[in-house]
Amino acid sequence: MGKADISLRIFFTGVGGQGTLLATRLVGEAALEENIPVLMSEIHGMAQRGGVVESSVVLGEASSPTISDGEANIVIAFEPVEAARALPKCNPKTILITGTTPVLPFTVTTGQATYPAPGALYETIALHVARLIRVDADALAAEANAKRSANVVMIGVLAGTGLLPVSQESWKGALARILPSKLVEANLRAFDAGYRFGLQSKGKPLH
Amino acid sequence: MHELLMEPGGKPHFLLGNEAIVRGALEAGVRFVAAYPGTPSSEIIERFTQLAPEAGIYTEYSVNEKVSVEVSCAAAISGVRSLCAMKHVGLNVAADAFMTLAYVGVKAGMVIVVADDPFLHSSQNEQDTRYYAKLAGVPMLEPATPEEAYRMVIEAFEISEKFKTPCLLRTTTRVNHCRGPVSIGSIPARQGFAGSFAKDPFNLVVIPAVGRKLRLTQLERLKALRAESNGSPLNFSTGRGELGIITSGVSYLHVRDAVRSMGLEDRVRILKLGFSYPQPQALIGEFLRSVKKALVVEEIEPFVEEGARLTAQTMGISTLIAGKGEGLVPREFELDPVKVKRAISTFFEIPFQEPAVTAAPQLPQRPPNLCPGCPHRATYYSVKQVFGEEAIYPTDIGCYTLGILPPLKAADFLICMGSGVSTAGGFSTVLDSPVVAFIGDSTFFHAGITGLINAVANNHRFLLVILDNGTTAMTGHQPHPGVELTPQGRIEPKVSIEKLVRGCGVNVVETVNPLQVKKTQKVLQELKANMGKTGVSVLISKSPCPLFENRILKKTKKIVFQSDGSCDDTCGKCMKELGCPAFAVDTSGEKRAVRIDENLCIGCSVCSQICDAIKPKRIS
Repeated sequence: MGKADISLRIFFTGVGGQGTLLATRLVGEAALEENIPVLMSEIHGMAQRGGVVESSVVLGEASSPTISDGEANIVIAFEPVEAARALPKCNPKTILITGTTPVLPFTVTTGQATYPAPGALYETIALHVARLIRVDADALAAEANAKRSANVVMIGVLAGTGLLPVSQESWKGALARILPSKLVEANLRAFDAGYRFGLQSKGKPLH
Repeated sequence: MHELLMEPGGKPHFLLGNEAIVRGALEAGVRFVAAYPGTPSSEIIERFTQLAPEAGIYTEYSVNEKVSVEVSCAAAISGVRSLCAMKHVGLNVAADAFMTLAYVGVKAGMVIVVADDPFLHSSQNEQDTRYYAKLAGVPMLEPATPEEAYRMVIEAFEISEKFKTPCLLRTTTRVNHCRGPVSIGSIPARQGFAGSFAKDPFNLVVIPAVGRKLRLTQLERLKALRAESNGSPLNFSTGRGELGIITSGVSYLHVRDAVRSMGLEDRVRILKLGFSYPQPQALIGEFLRSVKKALVVEEIEPFVEEGARLTAQTMGISTLIAGKGEGLVPREFELDPVKVKRAISTFFEIPFQEPAVTAAPQLPQRPPNLCPGCPHRATYYSVKQVFGEEAIYPTDIGCYTLGILPPLKAADFLICMGSGVSTAGGFSTVLDSPVVAFIGDSTFFHAGITGLINAVANNHRFLLVILDNGTTAMTGHQPHPGVELTPQGRIEPKVSIEKLVRGCGVNVVETVNPLQVKKTQKVLQELKANMGKTGVSVLISKSPCPLFENRILKKTKKIVFQSDGSCDDTCGKCMKELGCPAFAVDTSGEKRAVRIDENLCIGCSVCSQICDAIKPKRIS
């Protein structure tokens, strides 16, 4: 199957300030490096004000930038509660990669709501998807001396799993192209840390 | 060099729809751009402003959308290609100018980009702006992707100039905020923005006699435009089969996915309308004749559908047409491929397996909120302390609309930009309760001034609080006429809000820094005591948006606030009345306590002024 014949929908979700849009763009630019047809969509109405940020990348034959419920092949969540909130996008074949650091919404910090116990949350998610990959992206970023690049760690994990037909060179080329030059080195370290983690969960390509 | 001025050639660029529009307009030789920011269109004027000095074009942040259309049409009448960009509701503000400009027309191309927001991601309604094309009788193009947006803005300039009419480029959020590959061409050499004006008052000054003449010209022009849209390559059909789908804009992409995943490529023909007004009737008629049934797939209103039905009736075509309706295409919110599959399944009677959708478990909500240290929170806190629950609080459009949330609950009525001021006048006339209205600085310039003059002239009785954070914060910190902080440093404001308010005839005008809680409340008490005597009083609550200030001045945080542990949350004033997102209830110890997240706190000090247990802490 040629690269143009693949059809993949990737849904991203996180909280304003987590760098989800840069991470999403990285996936889109890397696909472009590989000449894969790609569209990316961003919804960031009030992101700066602590709200949920959702974005998507569709590759190959898939042409609508909007991912319907039940139609995401991959979900990248930068926060555990947001991973669970994205369950309607998933189906039993979906692969869900989530960061494990909670970002408490103010509804929780002010005592109006409670943050669910992570264990139970992951159990629920795992029931409904083909594979749940949990990543302590903050720890991996810190180990790589790239504390502020947990978002790029997550993309490294996606790259490492080999789910997309994108080479290491294309990932890194995209990264170098879209980031300011002084940030490239740290982000390459973050990407590598994620990549090594992703290799452990390497699965059959989705294409 | 700005990235949107790059040389042509090489790989396609991964551009945001709004960036593709900017690049396309530059290649089309645009030399004059004016806009008031509004999601999802704001990046257009932002990018233009960034690259204007290099590109040698004129750009301005206009005070509102009506002004942007007026300044731009003057450029276009003087032979300078111009562009305005606005969100859908912005065209309501500009409608007066737009409707008659459609009579007068232009000399050089003029494109008005108008961005609809189905699902109201960041808007107060989901009106379908396509009806404005019909109402004004101007041509309209509807792109589906960034690549199309790029090509169509170039085509829009050509159509505009050829037919001497402004042209609408109608986008939706999924086009403006979609990124996709765009293969670019070259930008013509810089020409500056000097124009020339040929006096021609009996075609340019719309007195009734001129208007009558222009009305006839406009109707002739519409006929010619219809012929153009019938032959336009922007309207095309794909696929083969006895079933038909007519679609436009981003819905085309949903349709393609739906048809492919249902395996209907050999049964369904798709007519995609890119030049969607005037509707290509001959083309639609021909399409309708070629299929047994036709489904119209479009977001929001049945705009194309009504035209297709009219075409069928006019041309005596009996093909069954459907669009909006029960089990078919929803009229509310955005479409997606599954919604389209459902409509296809119902109308064409083709089985379709609904995806099994998992419901999300019960989760804490994550609504947007005023940022930690936001001066609006401090203003709302003090106003509520002084005026309490009995006052009526009309509000306006901006970050500060988030004052609706508890515990502040400082928003009782809102319809549009500027309504805070004018509705306050109405409320104060028919209600006994005190009325305290809120409006932001940028919104005040945009649509609040006339309401204030109206209130003074008609002796309305209310307090107007102008929340002056020194920028248009909501849409990404664009400037307005009263800005003092600029990337070049601090300047005298070109228009002082205080002088402006006094000039409107308001005699009681106070300015406070809301981060000084006691002072602010003292002033509010005085204003409240005088409310019976005076007509309109104005409080300018002035403190810069910290996100903006920190970015411009590169300020670093030196102080945060911490609870010294001497309080439990039994008083709860901080949580129940101020509600800064940096506060957290800590239940881990023996007694519940309120803690302040050091990373979130920006050191505004407001909480320390309402609770003795909160103390500053120096950080390195």
